[in-house]
Amino acid sequence: MTDVVSPAAGISRAKSVRRDIGIKRRYAAERRFRAYGIAALSFGIIFLMLLLWSVVSKGYTAFQQTMITMPVEFSQQIIDPQNERATNPQKLMTANYPVVARNALAKLLNVSVDDRVAARAVGQMLSDGVRVQLRDLVIANPAIIGTTQTVRLLASGDIDSAYKGQIDLDVSQENRKINDQQLGWMTQLSDSGALAKHFNGGIFVNGASSRPEAAGVGVALIGSFYMMLIVLVLALPIGVAASIYLEEFAPKNKFTDLIEVNINNLAAVPSIVYGLLGLAVFVNFMGLPRSASFVGGLVLTLMTLPTIIIATRAALKAVPPSIRAAALGLGASKMQTIFHHVLPLAMPGILTGTIIGLAHALGETAPLLLIGMVAFVANYPTTPLDPSTALPVQIYMWANEAERAFVERTSGAIIILLLFLILMNVGAILLRRRFERRW
Amino acid sequence: MNMMSESAVEKALDQKMSDASHKMIGKDVSVYYGEKRALFDVNLNVRENTVTALIGPSGCGKSTFLRCLNRMNDTIENCRVTGKITLDTDDIYDNNIDVVELRARVGMVFQKPNPFPKTIYENISYGPRIHGLSKNKADMDQIVEASLQRAGLWTEVKDRLHESGTGLSGGQQQRLCIARAIAVSPEVILMDEPCSALDPIATAKVEELIHELRANYTIVIVTHSMQQAARVSQRTAMFHLGQLVEENDTDKMFTNPDDQRTQDYIMGRFG
Repeated sequence: MTDVVSPAAGISRAKSVRRDIGIKRRYAAERRFRAYGIAALSFGIIFLMLLLWSVVSKGYTAFQQTMITMPVEFSQQIIDPQNERATNPQKLMTANYPVVARNALAKLLNVSVDDRVAARAVGQMLSDGVRVQLRDLVIANPAIIGTTQTVRLLASGDIDSAYKGQIDLDVSQENRKINDQQLGWMTQLSDSGALAKHFNGGIFVNGASSRPEAAGVGVALIGSFYMMLIVLVLALPIGVAASIYLEEFAPKNKFTDLIEVNINNLAAVPSIVYGLLGLAVFVNFMGLPRSASFVGGLVLTLMTLPTIIIATRAALKAVPPSIRAAALGLGASKMQTIFHHVLPLAMPGILTGTIIGLAHALGETAPLLLIGMVAFVANYPTTPLDPSTALPVQIYMWANEAERAFVERTSGAIIILLLFLILMNVGAILLRRRFERRW
Repeated sequence: MNMMSESAVEKALDQKMSDASHKMIGKDVSVYYGEKRALFDVNLNVRENTVTALIGPSGCGKSTFLRCLNRMNDTIENCRVTGKITLDTDDIYDNNIDVVELRARVGMVFQKPNPFPKTIYENISYGPRIHGLSKNKADMDQIVEASLQRAGLWTEVKDRLHESGTGLSGGQQQRLCIARAIAVSPEVILMDEPCSALDPIATAKVEELIHELRANYTIVIVTHSMQQAARVSQRTAMFHLGQLVEENDTDKMFTNPDDQRTQDYIMGRFG
């Protein structure tokens, strides 16, 4: 009897006196660690939100532009008084279109153009960009000379800022860019519906301009596009080839160790150093043109290579050795093993690394400043060898401008740049998904 | 009737085996990993159409020897092989033997099933494709079907040839790997603990398969399981501390071994 009872008693005693193995302490530590994590994450999210809010709230107005819709009389008297356009086509290029626009607006406001002061004030309400707007209309169709057409013209940058409420109207009129009379006209036009905000397509297609209302990132977009193309075409094959050689073929010795250390160092070299290198080698020594997106692309390629090499090597290393063994065991050569099995499996990692490198290059400014891409370029570059700017450089240049209307444009350009970065990262994720599903 | 013919085949095979020529001959094979010596002058012959089992405790060098037979050790940095290994009459470490060609003649099945992350069809067809063994699609289909038939996998996968090979169960994956090795028509198949990652039922299937493959191939198998060695092999070689202790007929090895160490190992006194 006692034999049966005693082990049972032993068990129950063991149950009641449990060892303290610090369960509570362990869970508390885990909770604490989670709290740290959530705090860190919230911190990051708050700052991201702050950044986005600040950029978007300042920048969204850049995508709207104040314009005045009004009937414009294309007076033969002003455009081509001697009627010589048939013999001298240059005449239509150099005609005094701002006066045409000013007269139309003066007529709308019932202001006499003979009143010089008032006429000038009216003229200041229109952008200098109307010269190009009207010229393009006339050159496209010279038959409109002598007729009256309803045209939507850009308001001047100051009117635009005032209409968007960005100019402090409590300041006395001597100290602000727009006087009370113009303000009155603005309200009058706005009430009649002639003056209104419209979607600003110009910011995407226009080149550089000292008039904020006519300035856009068109040239910068093309320049950035050329550079990304050059970086992709050069850095991806060179980087992947270098990685494959280093990872799969190169003997492991002091020399390859040295190369490895150097690649890791190069990835951390400040980009402005690459800019100086590009200036010395590509521009001064090789004589390539200044301000060209080709040179910019070469510099960014040098800068992106280490990133791509490091990412590719990591991706190659991550391919399980059993796959290599399987291919080699079947009699595949080393080259076949790598290209048929290892590389496809490493592809998602390589693509991710490449796109991160590209995104990095897209936002890079410092090296481009040194090779002269910080330039006033109004015309589209037709080839990568033509002068152009880049998106981040355009942001840098606009941030330095004095006019109020450039502030919103700076933020607007940042929004465009961020959109491109998001687009690229989404592309990276989609590509990775696609490849991962296949493999 | 069926039994009769089967045992007749067995008999014929055993007859063939006993006077079989040596398919591969290893003479004074030593392997060094850097400074460390892993194999000490191993002399081991592999007979044709025979299953030769390599047994021994962990780290005894049996896998190292196996990997010498198709030069998989070449892929390991700092690994050096001395001595001489011949396949038929060719010295496989000779300069004029191409390692790619050697591996097409001496296939390998690994410890962990390692199908390519591709379809079942592509897994099998990869070897024949890179070696140019088929002329057209129909030819390739034929090779794929025959290989899967031989590996006893055809009925299980014939409806999903174009699904991923990694979606199969562990045992099926290993038979897929065997089918993949067969597809290039090797003369010798090396198996490095092919059942160590499988459950007993899958193991039984693979063992049965090895038994059938013996008719057409020479097989060398490394195994940790003495029972498996006894079940599948006709010849057994026992390794210990990098040395070949004993090589003998499997029956004799497990009943009356010549060497005391073999006796101790088989009895479970060490290892």
